[in-house]
Amino acid sequence: MALVYTEEHEMLREAAKGFLKEKSPVTEFRALRDNQDPLGFSRKLWQEMAEMGWAGILIEEQYGGLDFGFTGAALILEEMGRTLCSSPFLSSSVIAATALRFAPETLKENWLPKITSGEAVIALALEEGVKHDPAATSMTAEKSGNGYRLNGSKSYVFDAMDADGFLVLARNSGNPGQEDGLSLFMVDSKVSGLSSTATKLLDSRNYAVVTFDNVEVSGGDLIGSVGAGLAMLEPALNAGRIGLAAEMLGCSDQCFESTTEYLKERKQFGQIIGSFQGLQHRSAHLYSELELVRSAVIKAGQDFEKNPEHAGMIASLAKAKSGEVAVLAANEAVQMLGGIGMTDELDAGLYMKRIRAAQELLGDYAFHANRFAKWRGF
Amino acid sequence: MSDLEEFQAKTKNWLEENCPKSMRKPMRNEFDACWGGRYCEFSSEDQKLWLQRMGAKGWTAPEWPKEYGGGGLNKEQAKILKTELAKIKARPALLSFGVWMLGPALLKFGSEEQKKQFLPPIVRGEIRWCQGYSEPGAGSDLASLQTKCDDKGDHYLINGQKIWTSYADQSDWIFCLVRTNREAKKHLGISFILFDMASQGVSTKPITLISGKSPFCETFFDDVKVPKQQLVGTLDRGWDIAKYLLTHEREMIGGSSDGSMGGRGIGEIAVSALGANENGELVDSALRSKIATAELDGWAFLLTMERSKDEAKAGHGIGARSSMLKYYGTELNKRRFELLMASKGLSALEWEGEASNDGQLPRQWLRTKGNSIEGGTSEVQLNIISKRILGLPDPKVN
Ligand SMILES: Cc1cc2nc3c(=O)[nH]c(=O)nc-3n(C[C@H](O)[C@H](O)[C@H](O)COP(=O)(O)OP(=O)(O)OC[C@H]3O[C@@H](n4cnc5c(N)ncnc54)[C@H](O)[C@@H]3O)c2cc1C
Ligand SMILES: Cc1cc2nc3c(=O)[nH]c(=O)nc-3n(C[C@H](O)[C@H](O)[C@H](O)COP(=O)(O)OP(=O)(O)OC[C@H]3O[C@@H](n4cnc5c(N)ncnc54)[C@H](O)[C@@H]3O)c2cc1C
Repeated sequence: MALVYTEEHEMLREAAKGFLKEKSPVTEFRALRDNQDPLGFSRKLWQEMAEMGWAGILIEEQYGGLDFGFTGAALILEEMGRTLCSSPFLSSSVIAATALRFAPETLKENWLPKITSGEAVIALALEEGVKHDPAATSMTAEKSGNGYRLNGSKSYVFDAMDADGFLVLARNSGNPGQEDGLSLFMVDSKVSGLSSTATKLLDSRNYAVVTFDNVEVSGGDLIGSVGAGLAMLEPALNAGRIGLAAEMLGCSDQCFESTTEYLKERKQFGQIIGSFQGLQHRSAHLYSELELVRSAVIKAGQDFEKNPEHAGMIASLAKAKSGEVAVLAANEAVQMLGGIGMTDELDAGLYMKRIRAAQELLGDYAFHANRFAKWRGF
Repeated sequence: MSDLEEFQAKTKNWLEENCPKSMRKPMRNEFDACWGGRYCEFSSEDQKLWLQRMGAKGWTAPEWPKEYGGGGLNKEQAKILKTELAKIKARPALLSFGVWMLGPALLKFGSEEQKKQFLPPIVRGEIRWCQGYSEPGAGSDLASLQTKCDDKGDHYLINGQKIWTSYADQSDWIFCLVRTNREAKKHLGISFILFDMASQGVSTKPITLISGKSPFCETFFDDVKVPKQQLVGTLDRGWDIAKYLLTHEREMIGGSSDGSMGGRGIGEIAVSALGANENGELVDSALRSKIATAELDGWAFLLTMERSKDEAKAGHGIGARSSMLKYYGTELNKRRFELLMASKGLSALEWEGEASNDGQLPRQWLRTKGNSIEGGTSEVQLNIISKRILGLPDPKVN
């Protein structure tokens, strides 16, 4: 498949750009932050996005979705990254929607229409340590009657506050560190024994510690078979990774564009600073790196769309490369802006913080480079 | 079966029948590379046969029109041919500045007679071309070149010196930049001209490189007479042709290495040289992470090359983007060869001897240092990106 966007994709991008520019410019995100909004996003805006079909972009038509394909979802995330839009799109419409593809029919019927309509937000309750490491899961899922009893705690769960449901990975056998013995559950947030406590992170988005204290779930809430939960979650994780890669590409691109514009305006030593070769070469290098990121993101989106169960390596490539370059883009933005780049008034710092979080979530550079190397046999 | 599927099936069959078995192995050294030309000494009968067959089919220049000896393939077909060649690990039948650089420029700027005269022998590998651009005083600042070309009524007379002319001593013809107007601004007095290296007054002097080889020369022109119909395009307007040719050269240099030796990744090579731990990971973990970074970048770069071709197909010319490919590709290639050297440790230092095929690896490693210089240095590419793509102002000259 050619590594270019189709006309349909370009139309979606234009629509997304227009919508986000009007409804969710960076000033909106800033306002959410300044007002210490407990959700970190606007449910009203999310409702509007759902009405446009975004919330169900990956969901099959029989559940009300658009089934537009993954490249479309990645494009929306890229545009969201550009304006630092905050929404549960990644959690609910990309990660959960992908995981639920592999769920039993009753779970699908229960959740997918609500995700599509924006009525339900679903978050991924996965991490237990400070580094992304699904196999390290120690939260337990004990057999209890026809169902399971969950005990343990998940941290850094993004979009957790106000979530209506959680995708939960828990251990039914084996020890932390083993990839086997994990099971994946879809848990309603209203069940007794489940509680969330907000965590404030640097990017001002919505995170929480979610605690499961003897939470009872039924066998019907299981996605895939017992003990094979990690493999079952893998496509959803890869969807999230490629999604984050796309979002970071949007962030980087925007940082880069604004910085380049600034280089054409600011004068020092009687000259436009953009005429200094010391800055030009770094800008040109960053431009080149961004081109590589874009290629990896397009390819990852296409491959995932074609075959979501075999997109692990390309997802790792996209996530690693995009994260690495995004960090460079943010650093260069602040540096080239000089003193004002350090001020809260400028957006560069907001991008830097969003990028810092996004590159860490679902595996940082080292995590993915390591995976990539293993696949390549070294 | 769709047309493309049919083309693929036919191509596969043809290659099966026509590509000699010995041409389906990676090249071991530069003698396995075939550059054609009058002085060509084929290293084997198979090598000669392979060139003849591919040349006759026009597949040494798959996308050139058939009327000029090319393959007449469209972009999709050319991609299929490339894939099928790669599948059987076929060696290139011909390496050629004519195919990579001069051909595209002639197709765009040449007269009908020039295309008919010069293109078919390039396709068949009969005439080998060299590039006369750089001069001792005109490297990065190529447009300040001084080689004189005077109008003598029925012919031109050329005097001056070129340098770093790759393979000048082994080439049949040269495409050369000369100054035809000394009054005009420097970019507007340059012409693009072709002549036979066997002409009276042409001499070459090989220069030895750090790799110990002498693939390039100083080239001297002393009253060289050139027929007037060998000037390409408009008099004094050769700079446009020169730049167009450079975009092709840059794309070619940037993409010329897939960073793998005989299809193997650096990681795999390092594991076989140094060993792996019980998890199958390269024992040297610091080296392992550097290799992982280079391989990640390598993949993303290959995808970028592919995307550029797809975009060109969709009608977006690559223009200044060739500078990005050239810059990134050559810098990446240098990183890879550093890692290959590290992976082989002390054994990578062997300069002579059978084990190392007379220092094949270290000589290649040294040669990659030139990739970011030839065809315009990395710094020059970054300048072009800054100016043409990012729209940053020219640096002030003090
Ligand atoms: C945390 C902090 C504390 C500070 N405290 C003080 C203080 O106490 N007192 C005080 O007086 N100032 C203070 N400063 C200001 C500081 O000294 C200036 O920010 C700094 O000198 C840069 O100037 P500028 O911000 O105007 O950036 P600019 O000069 O506009 O630079 C913008 C970009 O252009 C680059 N650039 C500029 N000229 C060239 C050139 N010739 N070649 C190549 N690149 C160039 C710069 O490196 C930078 O990347 C502080 C700044 C910070 C961030
Ligand atoms: C292996 C090899 C093969 C070659 N083959 C050919 C050939 O076949 N035909 C041919 O005509 N030429 C050939 N060349 C020559 C090549 O094109 C020149 O070497 C190249 O253009 C650089 O010119 P220079 O060597 O004069 O270096 P210079 O231009 O003197 O550059 C010296 C250094 O200064 C830097 N520099 C120069 N200008 C700027 C600027 N404006 N901004 C920032 N930095 C700058 C350069 O990047 C470089 O690092 C070949 C070179 C090599 C290495």
